[in-house]
Amino acid sequence: MIYFKEYLKPKNLQEAYEVLTSKNAKIIGGATFLKLSNQSFETAIDLIDAKLDFIRESENEIEIGAMVTLSEFGDNPIISNLYNGFLKNITENILSFQMRNLITVGGTIFPKFGFSDLITGLLVLETEVHLYKNGKIRLEDFLNTKIQKDILEKITIKKKPLAVSFKNIKNSEYDFSIINIAVSKSENEVKIAVGARPAMAVLITKDLNFFEDIDKAVESLLNKIKFSDDLRASKIYRQKVCKALLKRALREVIQ
Amino acid sequence: MRIKLKVNNKTEEIDIEPHEILLDVLRKLGYYSVRRGCDTGMCGICTVLFDGKPIPSCSVFAARADGHEITTVEGLEDAKAFAKLLSEEGADQCGYCSPGLILNTVYLKKIGVKDLNKAKIKLIGNLCRCTGYESQHRAITKFLGVTK
Amino acid sequence: MKEVTKNIIKKDAFGLMLGKPVYTNDLAPKDSLIVKILRSPHAFAKIKHIDISEAEKIEGIECILTYKDVPKNPITRAGQGHPEPSPHDWYILDEYVRYVGDEVAIVAGKNENAVTKALKKIKVEYEIFEPVLDFEKAEEHSSIIHPEKEAHSMFEIGFNAPKNIAASYEMQIGDIEEELKKCEVVVKERFYTQAQAHVAFEPHSATSYIDMHGRLVIISSTQVPFHVRRIISEAFDIPIRNIRVIKPRIGGGFGGKQAVHGEPFVAAVTLKTGKPAKLIYTRQEVFESTYRRHCMRFDVTLGATKDGKLKVIDMEGLSDTGAYGEHALTTFMVAGSKTLPLYNKVNAVRFKGKVVYTNTVPAGAYRGYGAIQANFALESALDILSQKLGIDPVELRKKNMMNEGETSPIFKIMGEGREGAEMIIKSCKLNECIEEGMKLIGWKEKYPRIKVSETKVRGVGMAIAMQGSGIANIDMASAILKLNDDGSFNLLIGATDLGTGSDTILAQMAAEILNVSTENIIVYSSDTDLTPFDTGAYASSTTYVSGHAVQLAAEKMKKLIIKEGAKKLEIPEEKADFDGEFIYEKDGNKRVSLKELATVLYYTENQKQLVADASYVGKESPPPYMAGFAEVEVDIETGKVKLINYVGVVDCGVTINPNLAKVQIEGGIVQGIGMALFEDVKYTQNGKLLTNNLMNYKIPSRMDIGNIIVKFVESYEPSGPFGAKSVGEIGIDTPPAAIANAIYNAVGVRITQLPITPEKILNAIK
Repeated sequence: MIYFKEYLKPKNLQEAYEVLTSKNAKIIGGATFLKLSNQSFETAIDLIDAKLDFIRESENEIEIGAMVTLSEFGDNPIISNLYNGFLKNITENILSFQMRNLITVGGTIFPKFGFSDLITGLLVLETEVHLYKNGKIRLEDFLNTKIQKDILEKITIKKKPLAVSFKNIKNSEYDFSIINIAVSKSENEVKIAVGARPAMAVLITKDLNFFEDIDKAVESLLNKIKFSDDLRASKIYRQKVCKALLKRALREVIQ
Repeated sequence: MRIKLKVNNKTEEIDIEPHEILLDVLRKLGYYSVRRGCDTGMCGICTVLFDGKPIPSCSVFAARADGHEITTVEGLEDAKAFAKLLSEEGADQCGYCSPGLILNTVYLKKIGVKDLNKAKIKLIGNLCRCTGYESQHRAITKFLGVTK
Repeated sequence: MKEVTKNIIKKDAFGLMLGKPVYTNDLAPKDSLIVKILRSPHAFAKIKHIDISEAEKIEGIECILTYKDVPKNPITRAGQGHPEPSPHDWYILDEYVRYVGDEVAIVAGKNENAVTKALKKIKVEYEIFEPVLDFEKAEEHSSIIHPEKEAHSMFEIGFNAPKNIAASYEMQIGDIEEELKKCEVVVKERFYTQAQAHVAFEPHSATSYIDMHGRLVIISSTQVPFHVRRIISEAFDIPIRNIRVIKPRIGGGFGGKQAVHGEPFVAAVTLKTGKPAKLIYTRQEVFESTYRRHCMRFDVTLGATKDGKLKVIDMEGLSDTGAYGEHALTTFMVAGSKTLPLYNKVNAVRFKGKVVYTNTVPAGAYRGYGAIQANFALESALDILSQKLGIDPVELRKKNMMNEGETSPIFKIMGEGREGAEMIIKSCKLNECIEEGMKLIGWKEKYPRIKVSETKVRGVGMAIAMQGSGIANIDMASAILKLNDDGSFNLLIGATDLGTGSDTILAQMAAEILNVSTENIIVYSSDTDLTPFDTGAYASSTTYVSGHAVQLAAEKMKKLIIKEGAKKLEIPEEKADFDGEFIYEKDGNKRVSLKELATVLYYTENQKQLVADASYVGKESPPPYMAGFAEVEVDIETGKVKLINYVGVVDCGVTINPNLAKVQIEGGIVQGIGMALFEDVKYTQNGKLLTNNLMNYKIPSRMDIGNIIVKFVESYEPSGPFGAKSVGEIGIDTPPAAIANAIYNAVGVRITQLPITPEKILNAIK
């Protein structure tokens, strides 16, 4: 059971940060997963009133506030028009509609959930994470940091001409992915993200000419990605399926 | 802590523990249609509308609802109309999961979903162990005026 | 027929759906003590020392009970016929804990926080034993799960505690070995089914209080209120007359509530403190500490002639009953008795095996009750045989299956826990089920496979099944009909509507006989003080067994009405009749309305209460039949199976309420699909259940099932009420085998272990 003594809804990030750093406090995000944990702390910080529910578009990038829910994210025309609905399609298959009304973009990214389909998708775009204290960090770099006492304010996605593809496999449609992969291709570069390994997603960037022979390229890439066993599947199964899905995705974006 | 929320348009004030879950608080207030199914946000049974949008009330702290509006099936217009369609198909069965399904489906009608497959995708988190879903889908088709 | 065969809306529909307080948790006294259970973290251990002193000090704690504080009467929690065929091997609390989640102590307090805190403060020292986790190693294991002297069986069931055997069974007709020698084609295969969880959405709940007479009242989410009353009486040594069990509305059961679960714990608290108490299981507790399906292993040997005549069926099984032996023998016997008669033309048939204890979640009753496990094995093996013979699997079945007017010696030999009852099958439309199913699935066009793309292949597969209608000579039901002064009737039944709509169906039957509208029948079920005895809602018994009792009671009531009406009209009884509204003179003009008669009877003339009662015990258990057809699409690069269509064509006799019957089948099919494809059960190495929530244990969602198409063939069962047989379980039986067969037909891969996951398929595809 989760236990805390105080519930605060700060009006801005400064206020939130002060509480976060002065007390044994936690940002609760959408609260859906945190609520399942067995921990006790002093103060829960809910950013619902901190005005982080914006999605804005400028010429070069899209900004998404940390408290945007996955439903708002997927339904927003800016996002749903981006790369033919690439991100919309990813989010629409995450858990359930009700849960997506609670789960937030920040709450998904900040804890670096390994099962996240969204992180995998965002990794192959140019996504940056904006932290209140540590500032702007590329998503792939953020995933490798150990930052804990900070607040995710927003993410930004650079608008670039990309061909993209997302593939995943689930047994039940209403489940977490057993493996998920995303691929993007710019003029001369291909990015591949593999998540639900089941560990956190990894990103690999290669020159386009590396993929002249897709089968061969995939074989060599697979050696670089680590998979492991969990409840949903074995390491070997993940490896095999990753290979199949990766080939399908690469063929989609390259040919 | 004391919170003030509007449930089915009625203002309710109640003392809660900061870590209490909305589901438990709504039941304390006597809204028995809000039923506990799985504790993990997966089954959809405890769905309520939070400022008009469906959410699993087991997965949100009651403190968040302070100053917000909650609708349960007791206060939902159209609930009876859809319940009637469900009952005509025998799709109520044990009835335990029905309030959650009703809230979510009535919301889909409000946002104008008329495609059965789209409705099913949005209802994926409303699990049912009795009916096998088909009878629900027959009722949903009628209720939403499904065109394809 | 006027009321029967109509789609009447369930009587409780709006109360249930619109959120009226109707379930146990809604009805618990507001001042109930909150009860929680301290559960074992070890799969097998003995409590050496337990210290509750710190926990007792927590403010709000009212009562903490350990094994030292409760009677140690060996009972079985299984709610079945008495004396039960399940070993008496369970105690309210015991010094031994036999699975992770087993009960160690009962804690009751004024609020949830206090109780949760107290649970953490109880100090337990365990002597930890090596657990028996693999059911295939249970028999020879050095650990004995029930070493206690109290454990015993009520009669001979093959119980052998020192060998971890809860029950064993063997029967044989003909000479297997000799007949096999004569067979031209022999198939031998081993199959495994998993410990599926029920996942009824209302968690197990119980509440209790002492009434003004000092009697213990229990409100419980149960399928078996009368069994609960008897078991609680045994467990606590209190007379049955001092216990009342009330069953309110139930949020699903599927067999999971065919037992006592929380009742002894709330009862213990109420008996100790005199205060009301309630225990609402968390979902995790439901998974870890109630019931699951018996997982089974079957070695099937089939022998046939070249032209496809099945001559031998030999099934040797091993069943895993978990930590306690509830329903151990009976589920195992049903595995044989509800599959083998399907193929009644064999020369030799054998069914034998053991049911073993393990240190895992106890197994219990679950819809299908052994039949689904054996159906997967037998119906998969039959397809393997059809491949070997080069005969279409449908044709092979048609050649060998049971037909109307036939019988099987197995009906007499195998009952549930004892001998069965002879029976000649008076209704069996399996042939029509198959024909209709083939049309609906498009068998001729689609069998065996159609390649959809480079990576996707579709295949079709099928299976047939049978179940029963109650347990012959054991399941008893009774009904009371009472005329009210406005001409309406109370129907009091012990039958237990757990969401199926049986209250409504039984009211329809009474209404049909009385020629009144179903609205005029007010149903109350069930309360051990107020309703007559009924063994409960299990074994597909309500429509057939309880329905019969209602039918008989209504016939009696009709006679009473005619008798009293004739008196009022001052004509001889044989000249009077009743048409639902009036009691009238057959060849004359005299008439009196029922309403008027009722008013007179209660207020002015010849005053008396009209009440009719009847009981029924089935002399046989006519099986419903079903043919199931699956169409799947398999991705050969990922092993992922997409179910496209599932067709179920059913012979359940006359459907009393076609809508409700259809939903029973659709719901059953989807649970069967879950068992076939999704519902995986995993434990840690130490015996802790990992699939203990709905994130990790995946029941089918509405996006996982494709199209479910259900049809009923016209059929009439002469022994059933209004021609009905049962419908509650038959729907679940076919999906595992039909889907496994469809996958084989699609990609040539035979999966023999449930659930059929993408990983198993991909591993098998070469």
